[in-house]
Amino acid sequence: MNDSNKHPDQATEAAGLKSRPQAPRLAVFKFASCDGCQLQILSCEDELLTIADQVQIVHFLEASSHFEEGPYDVALVEGSITTAADRDRIRQVRQQSRFLIAIGACATSGGIQALKNWGDHHEFSRCVYAEPAYIRTLSTSTAISEHVTVDFELRGCPINRLQLVEVIQALLRGQSPRTPRHSVCIDCKRRGTVCVAVAQDKVCLGPVTQSGCGAICPSFDRGCYGCFGPAGQPNCESLTEHWIGCGRSPVSLVPLMRNFNADAPAFREEGDRIDPDYDQGHVL
Amino acid sequence: MGWGEAEAMAMSRQETLANAASLWLERSTLDELIRLLRGEGFTVVGPRLDQGAIVYGEIERASDLPRGWTDDQKPGKYRLENSGGEAYFEYNVGPHSWKQFFFPPRLAVERAKREENGGWTFSRPEPSDERYALLGVRACELAAIAVQDRVMMNGPYVDREYAARRESALIIAVNCTVAAETCFCTSMGSGPRCQADFDLALTETEEGFVLEVGTEAGWEIAARLEHCEASPDQLASADRLRHRAEDQISKEMSNDGIRDLLLNNLNHPHWDKVAARCLSCTNCTMVCPTCFCSTVNDVSELAGDEVERVRQWDSCFNLEFGYTAGGTVRNSIRNRYRQWLTHKLASWHDQFDTSGCVGCGRCITWCPVGIDLTEEVEAIRQQPAKRREVPLPQPRPDACVVPGEAAADQSNRPRSVGQTIDDRQRGASDSAEAQQDASIADGGTDRE
Amino acid sequence: MSNTVARAQGSHNPWQVTSATIVRIDREAPDVSTYELRMADPVQAESFQPGQFNMLYVPGIGEAAISISGKTNDGLLQHTVRTVGAVTAALERGGVGFSLGVRGPFGTPWPVDRLRPSPSSTPADRRDVILVAGGIGLAPLRSVITHLIQHRDEVNQVDVLLGARTPSDLIYASEFEAWADHGIRLQTTVDRADATWSGHVGVVTVLLDRLAIEQPESTILMTCGPEVMMRFVVQAASARGIPESNAWVTLERNMNCAIGLCGHCQLGPEFVCKDGPVFRYDRISTWFHVQGL
Repeated sequence: MNDSNKHPDQATEAAGLKSRPQAPRLAVFKFASCDGCQLQILSCEDELLTIADQVQIVHFLEASSHFEEGPYDVALVEGSITTAADRDRIRQVRQQSRFLIAIGACATSGGIQALKNWGDHHEFSRCVYAEPAYIRTLSTSTAISEHVTVDFELRGCPINRLQLVEVIQALLRGQSPRTPRHSVCIDCKRRGTVCVAVAQDKVCLGPVTQSGCGAICPSFDRGCYGCFGPAGQPNCESLTEHWIGCGRSPVSLVPLMRNFNADAPAFREEGDRIDPDYDQGHVL
Repeated sequence: MGWGEAEAMAMSRQETLANAASLWLERSTLDELIRLLRGEGFTVVGPRLDQGAIVYGEIERASDLPRGWTDDQKPGKYRLENSGGEAYFEYNVGPHSWKQFFFPPRLAVERAKREENGGWTFSRPEPSDERYALLGVRACELAAIAVQDRVMMNGPYVDREYAARRESALIIAVNCTVAAETCFCTSMGSGPRCQADFDLALTETEEGFVLEVGTEAGWEIAARLEHCEASPDQLASADRLRHRAEDQISKEMSNDGIRDLLLNNLNHPHWDKVAARCLSCTNCTMVCPTCFCSTVNDVSELAGDEVERVRQWDSCFNLEFGYTAGGTVRNSIRNRYRQWLTHKLASWHDQFDTSGCVGCGRCITWCPVGIDLTEEVEAIRQQPAKRREVPLPQPRPDACVVPGEAAADQSNRPRSVGQTIDDRQRGASDSAEAQQDASIADGGTDRE
Repeated sequence: MSNTVARAQGSHNPWQVTSATIVRIDREAPDVSTYELRMADPVQAESFQPGQFNMLYVPGIGEAAISISGKTNDGLLQHTVRTVGAVTAALERGGVGFSLGVRGPFGTPWPVDRLRPSPSSTPADRRDVILVAGGIGLAPLRSVITHLIQHRDEVNQVDVLLGARTPSDLIYASEFEAWADHGIRLQTTVDRADATWSGHVGVVTVLLDRLAIEQPESTILMTCGPEVMMRFVVQAASARGIPESNAWVTLERNMNCAIGLCGHCQLGPEFVCKDGPVFRYDRISTWFHVQGL
């Protein structure tokens, strides 16, 4: 009658992974990123050992210099696409991978480096590098899904390692992975954290940010930075308009939207909406 | 003091208790009360300062209470303030509610273990044997507990985790002596005076506490406290402070025909206006002392041979809440806000024969953008839709099918608590269910 | 121990999961199978009524509400399932011998008891019954068909109108002949025909429009399928003189606890899990027509 354990947006063909005669081949790829999400994989420790029993980790340069050619059953992709070479490489990874999972804010929304999408990358190169002529870079930092089909996006800056284990566990069972899309607020409330926005007048992106971190920042009296990107159907405009109504300037709110998930559509659109002239006044 | 003296003193206390409607406790006796309760094996929980607010947590001594503190509350705003006074209870309800003790935010409800033959054995963890003494329960919160009792214990299915915690708990109520801008208990008939459903009730005055006893269990505790009969002056003082709270309540919500008003206006354009402001963040439902929605999910180690089913608080504001194989049922903020408000204020009457709102104002204070449900109701009340051509179905007195008996008969539902047989018959007279039975019968007789 | 706690631990503990094993699987359609479960507690296999559902539980994955489509002669409970989500996919992967948990049965049944004529009535008083199903919506109605076969003399005409996307999506096809042998008239229609199909093409309401209905005011209609289909079916039935108060529908919502405590499955004032899933149409029609309720 109903099987509500399905995420309608994440229909996948994961079924059958478990039934393969050999242990599934798992590969980890890095694009433009800080490696923090790969470190989360390494910090799985005990779980990693159990995973290693059930899959063959054939490509994971952060952990081992040994690597094997594809095809791969599961590819975990960290990082965003910022160069033409990476744009080609992600296509190759896609071709060789049955199930491609983008992990982390960089891979799912372009990451903090997507701030360059609002600026002039030639000028950035001139400012930073002695010989900008040697720099070959695209003008944007973009999510993996802008370039190839992604089977599942695991959010977070960095990802939550328990969510990663759940995703791998689901794949091993032939199940479609799913992660909650609800707000951070519900996690604050479940752990008894008092709302820092209401009680301490702090700007907090929790109401429009997807859960996953366990609501860490508010438990340390900080507002949420939106590390896990926009929640399902986020109403960013109401939140920012409320802050503006409370006396905050639009210009002070743009950087809040343009953070680790700056180029996630809901945050990008809201940042652009609050202060359309922001970039004119804030050229680096 | 010799044995005989102690006995005599206990006797005289018993006499005072038997004769007096209200007792007097010195302020210092509060510590004695907490010690006594802890000595009886209760975990005493009550208000304490934490994270810039007055929350509920374990209380070991009177000095754990937020003495000298108060709060300022507005839609979307809560601030602690130092009152400079001596009072232990001169503030309003905060972000926590007592439901966290009876209906914990996270609770293992079932376990599955894989056997060597590949099969599963299932077991339920024993309900908690923790005995809570709730210290500082306000009138609106007594009402909220009564509402959750109906939901969790008085229907055909009983939540045994809730029941175990609830039935072993002792409730020490406190009458409000101040009110917040967000309070509207007077509109909901739930306060500010604690009327019933407590073991003990305190009213704090400038000098001490007037104590009322509500139950046998309350008598037993009171008898062991240093007390005397409250004097007319002390009673007058308590009365004055309780009235002060009542006078401070400014917010109102008209409940006149509210069920039909909301259910007749499910397509009112105002829902879109609220949706433009609502974040669908779940805060209102999480702080609400009556909201009871939950979800059970499986948690297992990687090998998957030992699985725990964990129940967590959930919310009708979550997108996932309405997932079905055919899609998400309430797939917009408008639909989810409408679900929350109409459930809380309207269909709750059908389901549990009471409003789901007790007027505590938490959903107003703790909404990050300050949405005030009383204003949303008023907006619809000001411009209601035209009258329906088809009359709205009225609440059915029947609650649901009792498992294992009379499952075929949808009219055989247990009576709601507090509802008389007459109420049921009155309610049923124009209900769809009554017509239903009639038409089935008619269908048969027509051809006879 | 208090009364309420004792009540919760009584004979029917709604939280109690009992073990079950998949004994047989019948493929009904490309993505639909009937799973036949041997219950560790045989009492549980006996106690269901047509239209009720079980919560099938795959540890580590979760529960899904699945209607009970029947019981075999050897006491196996049948659940016809379309593979759409994690739980149903796990059943499919598990295959024969797979061990799972079951809670139930839950919910309201189809009004089969109301079909029974009163002792004083004559054969002429017997009602006509129309069952209208869309695709896998036949699953919860199959136990009604089984009931009517067993109690064939309690009712007059029985018509089953069945719609499916394609001919291969028609489930229980192997039973159609047996139904006909018991005087149950089946008509089928498909949205898309293939080379083998010579029957009706189009929506199931067309079958209803063409059906001869002799005593509409006493005819009982039961329907299961997509909500939009059920709305049109009741509308079409109404146009043919069948009162809405004689029409019964079964609803699908997100069911988590199955006992009205978790809040997910509400439709207006109804908890679909315990007040339904089978409803008399006029009881829920007000809510049924509000989008996104």
